[in-house]
Amino acid sequence: MAGAGDQLMPWTASAEVAAAVAEAHRREWAFVLAATVRVAGDIDAAEEAVQDAYASALSTWDSSGIPRKPGAWLTVTARRRALDVRRRAATVERALPKLLRPGEGGAEDPGTEEEDIPDDRLRLIFTCCHPALAVEAQVALTLRLVCGLSTAEVARAFLVPEATMAARLTRAKKKIAAAHIPYRVPTAPELHDRVDGVLAAVYLVYTTGHTAPSGADLMRRDLAERGLELARMLRLLLPGHSDVSGLLALILLTAARAGARLDGRQDIVLLEHQDRSKWDRQAIREGLSMLHESLGARPPGRFALMAAIAAVHDESGTWQETDWHEILGLYDLLLERWPSPVVRLNRAIALGFAAGPGEGLAELDALGAEPQLARYPYLAAARGDFLARLGRIPEARTAFEEAIILTDNETERRFLRARIAEATGSQGCPGQREGPA
Amino acid sequence: MSKYLILIYQDEAVARQAEGESISASYQEFQRRRGPSLLGGAALHPSSTATSIRRDGSGGFAVTDGPFAESKETLGGYYLIEAADLDEALEIAKEVPAGVGVEVWPVRVTS
Repeated sequence: MAGAGDQLMPWTASAEVAAAVAEAHRREWAFVLAATVRVAGDIDAAEEAVQDAYASALSTWDSSGIPRKPGAWLTVTARRRALDVRRRAATVERALPKLLRPGEGGAEDPGTEEEDIPDDRLRLIFTCCHPALAVEAQVALTLRLVCGLSTAEVARAFLVPEATMAARLTRAKKKIAAAHIPYRVPTAPELHDRVDGVLAAVYLVYTTGHTAPSGADLMRRDLAERGLELARMLRLLLPGHSDVSGLLALILLTAARAGARLDGRQDIVLLEHQDRSKWDRQAIREGLSMLHESLGARPPGRFALMAAIAAVHDESGTWQETDWHEILGLYDLLLERWPSPVVRLNRAIALGFAAGPGEGLAELDALGAEPQLARYPYLAAARGDFLARLGRIPEARTAFEEAIILTDNETERRFLRARIAEATGSQGCPGQREGPA
Repeated sequence: MSKYLILIYQDEAVARQAEGESISASYQEFQRRRGPSLLGGAALHPSSTATSIRRDGSGGFAVTDGPFAESKETLGGYYLIEAADLDEALEIAKEVPAGVGVEVWPVRVTS
């Protein structure tokens, strides 16, 4: 090498290495951390060792080249580092492993062969989503430990100050250590309930990204993407579990429409007015095949039923062709499986489109007394919509104004103000809340 | 192995009714079944017999009748148990035939 090459090469290699490390961070973080926790015996120590491993990858890969299996290299490095730290700590203070039962692999060799490394990601996920932790803590831990987001990124995703999120994560990790929340996959009798808890946490990650509860933007796409990635990961780790494929189907079939939900001015476009050619056909195809798989279970789970509802929309060529009776029937089944006020609200909306706005409105009014819906903006928004369609404009206006007060999302507020202008200026325009089933 | 304290809560009215009775058959059955995990435990008299002592901040004490927090659910007893991890502790705790429910607290280990 000579001349410009001498200066150019290291720089090029650095960029290439940085990209490889970033890629490994995105794809392998959960695997590397999960495998390291087993050796470190403690989540905090494992996190530190994994961060060290990624940092040393930047320099080592630059000089000795990017390994064939970056994830395996990172895992072996992180596990060695964790074991070193633990041995040192053990000699100093005779510390006991905090997370693992004695003999459960704590003192094992970190492994030099990549084939030796077990896939512990399920353990990590079940620990993060343990029912003894608050749901917000479960979601925060999952994003931090399984997805590898920084504390600042998790804080941004939920629009809380970084210090608040750091405290929440620390508290949760302290509880895992102090209460000895185990690092293992639940046994068969409890597995079903525990999987349900994990799926609920993953779905919460997705829905928070799909329609942000607050802030200027309608969607937080990175969060929605993480939700989809987590669902894909679970599907790989728990193959043949119908609720898992149901959740993946639901997310795919909902996310397929994401590109059509906003217009050029970042204003909400209702399902009715969406340009269906913008829907992601490949996501719909994959979602339908997942749905088919999850519907093999009898009775179908709640995520499969929600996915089936999303599929009716996705498969409908136009808004006018939407089979509202099919959707209504699916909501009836869903209500049996999952009798929640939010499901009843969505069923009432479907009824309004299947049988007429008067019928839908009567159902919505019956839900007015539900304490769980008292601060739920979509109840008021749906009432406004049906009232407008019935020509009861002053009442529609009041309902939309109520929804404006209840939502914290700026894009939704702008949309609701436009609905008021539309209803009071001209005839009411029918539409449906656009969101996850 | 880790230690956990199971605090047993019951409806105060029910507790008063049962005052003076011997430990119920369901508790005896629980203790037989989970004997190896139980390090200790006791049933308590109703909260009306409890006394709270709070430091008054100037070296003295304020002694008052009743527990710190008055509520419909009161502490009726406790078990100190040993379990491999929280999952096992929760499994044991679910079997306690408590009227209202139980709290499971990890016990700090001092070395």
